[in-house]
Amino acid sequence: MAEPHTIQVDIVSAEGEVFSGAATMVFAPASQGDIGVAPRHAPLLSMLKPGEVRVQTPDGQEQFFFVGGGAIEVQPHRVTVLADTALRAKDIDEAAALAAKERAEEALKDRGGLITQAEALAELARAAAQLKIIARLRKVRS
Amino acid sequence: MPGTKEIRAKITSVKNTQKITRAMQMVATSKMRRAQERLRAARPYAEKMRAVIGNLTEANPDYRSPYLQRRTAVKAVGIIMVSTDRGLAGALNANVFKQTLLLIREWQGQGAAVKLCLVGAKGMAFFRRLDTPIVASVSHLGDRPHVKDLIGTVKVMLDAYGDGDIDRLFLVNAEFVNTMTQRPAVTQLLPLEPAEADAAREHWDYIYEPEAARILDALLIRYVESQVYRAAVENVAAEMAARMVAMKAATDNAGKLVEEMQLIYNKARQAAITKELAEIVGGASAV
Repeated sequence: MAEPHTIQVDIVSAEGEVFSGAATMVFAPASQGDIGVAPRHAPLLSMLKPGEVRVQTPDGQEQFFFVGGGAIEVQPHRVTVLADTALRAKDIDEAAALAAKERAEEALKDRGGLITQAEALAELARAAAQLKIIARLRKVRS
Repeated sequence: MPGTKEIRAKITSVKNTQKITRAMQMVATSKMRRAQERLRAARPYAEKMRAVIGNLTEANPDYRSPYLQRRTAVKAVGIIMVSTDRGLAGALNANVFKQTLLLIREWQGQGAAVKLCLVGAKGMAFFRRLDTPIVASVSHLGDRPHVKDLIGTVKVMLDAYGDGDIDRLFLVNAEFVNTMTQRPAVTQLLPLEPAEADAAREHWDYIYEPEAARILDALLIRYVESQVYRAAVENVAAEMAARMVAMKAATDNAGKLVEEMQLIYNKARQAAITKELAEIVGGASAV
């Protein structure tokens, strides 16, 4: 058999590539239980739980990567781990969405304050102009 | 002619400003490089994600995710607009705002309501004075935006899309073309156009854990998030490039100003000396 017993592994996250290289075996925390992937594994697609991905490299060493969740795609000669950079949970996401909404509402509420500030500035400019005119009139009179 | 002292004070002040603009230019240059690197680092994820989604949609023609379905009647659209937090970046933000306003007007012209989602403080400051409803916002992401800071804002829009409150989702940000050119870019996020898969491939399917529909939806959400993240990073790169150019112009301008004032100063100084000499000579001859 000329075919090497390795599998190409790519671990990528939205913020950068984490690992890319050959492996003899990959272990990942799939959502239904940990899985081990050997070369020529059947195509598989699974979500990942937060945990560690273990990669056994051809030189007999093992590398560990923490993933906050994500997905794993397995094809016979290639494993792709799409790792999440953030911990995901339904309620955490929900809270983040709520915070984003609140921020928008709060910023809009400030609008009233902004308008009164602009009005005050306009008022001030008008008063300053009036004072200038009064001063000039006095100069002319004296 | 103004006194020499005043001119000297003015020269010092312009030189100080020049020092600041030069420093800002250099900071922007290095930050731009780092932002470009992050932009490059984000690319493999988006590519892999698109490939997996392509495989998945091809393997499952029976399941159509709402995120992939084209809705014929468009009653409302959502726009995610990315802007900077700080100014002094030339016309960068103004161009993005202009593009967004055009997009808003275009859809309102077709009778669709528009909902805005704003990333960046400058966008908020501009759009809160207008009538378009803003449903979510996030700002002060800094020079290194993180996906986790964007999840909330994106979720608001994804939920709105899922509930049928919006039928299209667009993304507007400043595109980094090169150091000299940044232009506003509009991308349609939803519905997503499925990637072209190689037609000649034999049919195969994955083993799914859990079922295909859930995985596809989860992946699509992450894909949209990664696109918004890319837009935020690209916007930082564009911001830094624009600031670099603006600050270089300001530095050059200050240099010219100093040169001109130096000439005026020299003349004023010379005139003062001549006057003093004339007075001394005049005084001496009087004695």
